[in-house]
Amino acid sequence: MIEKEKHVLVIFPHPDDEAFGVSGTIATHLQMGTGVTYACLTLGEMGRNLGNPPFATRESLPLIRKQELQGAANAMGLTDLRMMGLRDKTVEFEDDEKMVGMMKNLIDDTNPSLVITFYPDYCVHPDHEATARAVVRAVGRIPENQRPKLHCLAFANNTQSELGAPDVIHDVSAVRELKLNTMRAHLSQTAWMLKDLEKRLAQNEPEAIEWVTKERFYNYRFDQGYN
Amino acid sequence: MEPVKIEEVQTLIDRYAGKEVYIHLETTNGSYATHVDEAFFNAGAFIRNAKVTYELGKIIGDSPSRVGLKIELGWIYAQGITHYELDSNKRLIMAGHDHEGKLAVALQISETPFD
Repeated sequence: MIEKEKHVLVIFPHPDDEAFGVSGTIATHLQMGTGVTYACLTLGEMGRNLGNPPFATRESLPLIRKQELQGAANAMGLTDLRMMGLRDKTVEFEDDEKMVGMMKNLIDDTNPSLVITFYPDYCVHPDHEATARAVVRAVGRIPENQRPKLHCLAFANNTQSELGAPDVIHDVSAVRELKLNTMRAHLSQTAWMLKDLEKRLAQNEPEAIEWVTKERFYNYRFDQGYN
Repeated sequence: MEPVKIEEVQTLIDRYAGKEVYIHLETTNGSYATHVDEAFFNAGAFIRNAKVTYELGKIIGDSPSRVGLKIELGWIYAQGITHYELDSNKRLIMAGHDHEGKLAVALQISETPFD
């Protein structure tokens, strides 16, 4: 059962970061009548999947991914999509306080009761890590009794051994098709993966069903010194 | 993009010689290489909008090909080029795509800055 929120703010660096682990949760909140804002920091300009034979170039990829991101938002039923204009691979090199300020502005503007991002140190890609650090800093500076909840995605290989089991697991079976449509919207990045996944789903493979229908989050613990 | 045709790419490279141009040069294994295989040493680099003038440029070798541009005080070099395109903004896009369709190297030349 997904708790009813006042407003949900989702912050990730790349188009498609939302699709695999959170799109079911986003779609469910929207169906419950809760507003959801999705701030996507870059357009995934440096993505490597360009095909062979190629379907895009380094220069045409951002336009494709921008359209895919809009398509994913449509698939989830999300209208408040904000593209933040940073460049893929460079998020960690931006000024740290500028990044915190960007997150603070998003929080001030949307007044969320729940913020969703990655878990710092457990999210693998340097852009994920930089985004996560900025978000936990911005949220951590809010007085504790006024802080929104902070749900973080973690998928580094050492996640289970160091963070333990997820604190929150959402069953999104009811919106499974919407979630698959969100993944399908990011076709330039997901085509290969979807081919395999849809085959496994068609065979009712338990692991594949589990992977799609269970979304896992950790409550951020504010114990990593990102102040 | 199309598979490299040496003569056609050479003609295009010659077109920018002696002009002030902007270069995008990149090599990458992707940000997840070490996540997928912890033994993999991940390295990559890119430079975007380097402003240079090259006096001589060549593409050499059967695909994947090598491209070298001789600039005033040094060189620009890329290895592994498989595809090329002259895009609608008259930019010469050269890239090396691996067997899975992932970009491994890019060398792009433009008379106007890249976005």
